[in-house]
Amino acid sequence: MKAFTYQRAGSAEDAARLAAHPGAMLLAGGTTLLDLAKCGVAEPDMLVDIGHISGLDAIAVDAGGATIGALAKMSAVADHAGMRAAFPAVAESLSQAASAQLRNMATIGGNLLQRTRCPYFRDPAAFPACNKRDPGSGCAAIGGVTRNHAVLGTSEACIATYPGDLAVALVAFDAAVRLGGRTIAVEEFFLVPGDTPAREHAIGPGEMITAVAIPASPAARRSTFLKVRDRQSYEFAAASAAVGLELGPDGRTIRDLRVALGGVATVPWRCRAVEDALKGTLLEPESVRAASRLAVEGAVAQADNAHKIDLAPRLVARAILSLGGLA
Amino acid sequence: MTLLDTPRKHGDASDGGAIGARLSRLDGKLKITGAATYALEQPVDGLAYAVLVPATIGAGRVARIDVAAAKAAPGVRLILTPDDDLGLQPATDWNNVRASDGPYVPLPRDIAYNGQPVALVVADSLEQATEAARRLAIAYEEGPVTPGLDSPNAGEGSPLDQLSVAWGDAEAALAAAPVRVEAEYHTPREYHAAMEPHGLIARWEGDRLTVWEPSQWTHSMARSYAEWFGLPPENVRLVSPFVGGGFGSKGFSYGFGAIAAAAARRLGRPVKLAVTRPQNFAAYGGRAATRQSLALGATEDGVLQAIVLRGASETSTVGTWVEQVGAATPLMYAVPNFSARQRLVAVNTVTPGALRAPGKTPSAFAIESAIDELACAVGADPLEIRLRNYAEEDPQARKPWSTRRMREALAEGAEAFGWARRSREPRSMRDGHQLIGWGLATGTFPVIRNYGEALVRILADGSAEVVTGATDIGQGTYTILAQTAAEALGIPFERIDVRLGDSALPGAPVAGGSKLAGVMTGAVQKAAIAARDELIALALNDPNSPFRDTGANTLILADGRISAPRGDGPVVSVGELLGRIGRERIEVRRDTLPDHLQTPEGRFRAWTTMTTVQGPTAGDYSMHSWCAHFVEVRVDEDFGTIRVARMVSAFDCGRLYNPKLAESQWKGGIIMGIGMALLEEGLVDSRNGRVINNNLGDYLLPTNADVPDIRVIDVGIPDPHASALGGKGVGEVGIVGVAPAIANAVFHATGRRVRRLPITLDALV
Repeated sequence: MKAFTYQRAGSAEDAARLAAHPGAMLLAGGTTLLDLAKCGVAEPDMLVDIGHISGLDAIAVDAGGATIGALAKMSAVADHAGMRAAFPAVAESLSQAASAQLRNMATIGGNLLQRTRCPYFRDPAAFPACNKRDPGSGCAAIGGVTRNHAVLGTSEACIATYPGDLAVALVAFDAAVRLGGRTIAVEEFFLVPGDTPAREHAIGPGEMITAVAIPASPAARRSTFLKVRDRQSYEFAAASAAVGLELGPDGRTIRDLRVALGGVATVPWRCRAVEDALKGTLLEPESVRAASRLAVEGAVAQADNAHKIDLAPRLVARAILSLGGLA
Repeated sequence: MTLLDTPRKHGDASDGGAIGARLSRLDGKLKITGAATYALEQPVDGLAYAVLVPATIGAGRVARIDVAAAKAAPGVRLILTPDDDLGLQPATDWNNVRASDGPYVPLPRDIAYNGQPVALVVADSLEQATEAARRLAIAYEEGPVTPGLDSPNAGEGSPLDQLSVAWGDAEAALAAAPVRVEAEYHTPREYHAAMEPHGLIARWEGDRLTVWEPSQWTHSMARSYAEWFGLPPENVRLVSPFVGGGFGSKGFSYGFGAIAAAAARRLGRPVKLAVTRPQNFAAYGGRAATRQSLALGATEDGVLQAIVLRGASETSTVGTWVEQVGAATPLMYAVPNFSARQRLVAVNTVTPGALRAPGKTPSAFAIESAIDELACAVGADPLEIRLRNYAEEDPQARKPWSTRRMREALAEGAEAFGWARRSREPRSMRDGHQLIGWGLATGTFPVIRNYGEALVRILADGSAEVVTGATDIGQGTYTILAQTAAEALGIPFERIDVRLGDSALPGAPVAGGSKLAGVMTGAVQKAAIAARDELIALALNDPNSPFRDTGANTLILADGRISAPRGDGPVVSVGELLGRIGRERIEVRRDTLPDHLQTPEGRFRAWTTMTTVQGPTAGDYSMHSWCAHFVEVRVDEDFGTIRVARMVSAFDCGRLYNPKLAESQWKGGIIMGIGMALLEEGLVDSRNGRVINNNLGDYLLPTNADVPDIRVIDVGIPDPHASALGGKGVGEVGIVGVAPAIANAVFHATGRRVRRLPITLDALV
């Protein structure tokens, strides 16, 4: 494999400075980077190991919300009692992700930055065309095997699915990413491919994720993460839904609703149309099912993935109704 | 008294003796603790590291390879490409046929499939070789690709007339039958995905070659290497004491082995080649994709009148592998009219190969789904329809079964599962959003017989050794051969040492076809009895033996001690006796070959080819293992996700030499069947024939969470015709019938009949 240098960062500032070098990549848990290096996608000149920076793995939950350090392990967040109480959808998204071994290694910051499992992206030797890897080279996935490709947020240039689970839950609950001194909403942090699929995140050179902040809300407290896949464990989502529900004092009126989809879009996909259609209405199975169909407005199917368009609204409806005690 | 209470003599530990005891695997602790040395872990001094470079086109040819940049990379020692003449000769195949139109070219210029090796790069380290391989500039001339069996350009293929089976007038009987079910069934490319990937270390010492490579058949693989390099057979030694799963993939040497060994010879330095996980999807073949049009004709009561099968399977453009889709079809049910034909379609794939229960597995998917469809069509219970069409003899060979405890398997499986409580209608059982379905299917695997050779040593310390070149690929060869020797010698199991997996050791057939246990327990028993008889003869006759003057004419060996039958004479340990008579050891080598193979040529052929194999109907009987699987699935009514909730499977495999290991084999086969039913499929890009899910993240195998409670039940009885000790094959039958049982359960749950594997959620959404 390609030779690279290795630097261990002592602090976040140190890491940001080293990361500004051309060809530098940050190494935390390594579960994505080493995998991509093996398949010839990641070819760093310099690895900046941030795994030894102290103080970046804290998980703090209080009445205002949660702050999760970028180096907190997925398993630590998934098992955190405060997170499970205040943000069940977030904890569940993590416990259903990857495998136990990967969750014990992978960090929250790295999890957000994990790259697509599009097999055409991951096989540069056989499929040179990939606008994500090599802007302007084309998209080998279009016209290929597309069962796991996106139906939402796609473009002529890229149909790769964002693979993660955690970010779906974060998007639903208005979480923000801290990049050192700057904070940006998770929803704005992920970029739809458009004409520039190589640019996946609103993160600049020399910037590093230091924490994720999630504001507390009644909807986050009453939330769930549904993940559907053929294999019961250790598989990326065919479709997933992070949903939070707040009911009014009558126990029937939807006061607040949060809906986001995973496994079907190029980025974590917030479904505001569903939320807006149902907020203020009575929780009824029929109206919930009808509104849930709005989740896939504008979806475009490829040859093998039309089932995702049928599947995603069913997850949304099931999640809402089960949170409301109706399913 | 119910069926379950019926006393039954299985030849298990309750009958006395070591054979039949539920003993744990002798190699288990070594493997769990990491102490077992697998092929690529073999410490060899001075290793160079090779990296295989696969083609990235589906068909065409290598126009040129520019090696300059790669050669200039640090640490690079050798680069082999189609420009290099490796000087190899063809090897003999399993039918004992050797191509005469040599040479053998494992790095050809013509590309027949995506992933075919086009170069080998050898360097001082794996990392250096990997980087240099990346620097190869390979120019291809691309040709038209036929990506798969169902591709529009694949055509109908060629007929395999030798596989045609017919009796009666099936087409006419089908046309006249009051009830007909006709459908097309598909199975995809599937892969072995053994935990231990392929690879080897090749070391030359002069004109002697040692190969450490995972193997199901050391003698045959060593022969291939010898013939490739023009060496006498004894100059090649292939060593494989531990194997991390084979499932049919490790019975033969492959092109990558020839290339790596050629590199080692050219370099004058041992070479290690690890075939990467993605390369394991193209360096050798998995199960071929199949397609079956199957029609059943029956009376209104569901009594079969005709079966007509028209099947096809894929092979490569450069080799022939026939996945026999009619392997189980003629055996399962009594039917007066039968016709089966198969075609073979060449596509751009690596040549497919044997994968656990080849032929029988896709075959059973079709016939066992179709019989369920027939049950639905005539309103019969799926268990009842199997009894109505019960085959009392082999319908094809017209020979009596040696043993066929299928009725018992169905009865005991149904009882344990609670089948009688099943509601007939599809979609009639549910639990919240989960639709519950109960399905049933049966399976079969032939008894295949062959010959083996073993050496047994009784040592001065009273312990004993069993030595043979047979392999243990995880199924328990070490353990059951120790059990066999212990029982025959009267020496405790704990004092038996077993050496396996080395072509320099006595001969054995492939650990494949579910026959090794039956063959090798017979050979070990024969050798051990001869060793015991020799020891007893010495004890009776040696002037220094304490038994010399006891007047006994035979002696008893038990628990490592020798005594006279009457019990009033001396009792001495085996070690003590050997000491008294001044013998270091007793060593006996025996084989089970018939007279006509007792020649050097015959022995060599028996240990290195399949030509001495006897099939299930070679004698007066038709001999097979049998099973019945009962499955409960839960299907989410909205999401289409299928979960196997529980399984009960009953097996007739004759006598079990070690029930604990047999049950483990059955469960392993069942789990593999769950993967086949619901998860496994090589996804091929139709533009370049590339298998795009060539890794364990994307080629889905069942995880622990996908595996339910599995109960296995033994209904077998010793089958004296099948093997020396009464066992039938255990290793493969477990997978046969699992996929149709699950598909039938999915139908019962949802009312949707899915005839294309795997059954994924998009088929049900």
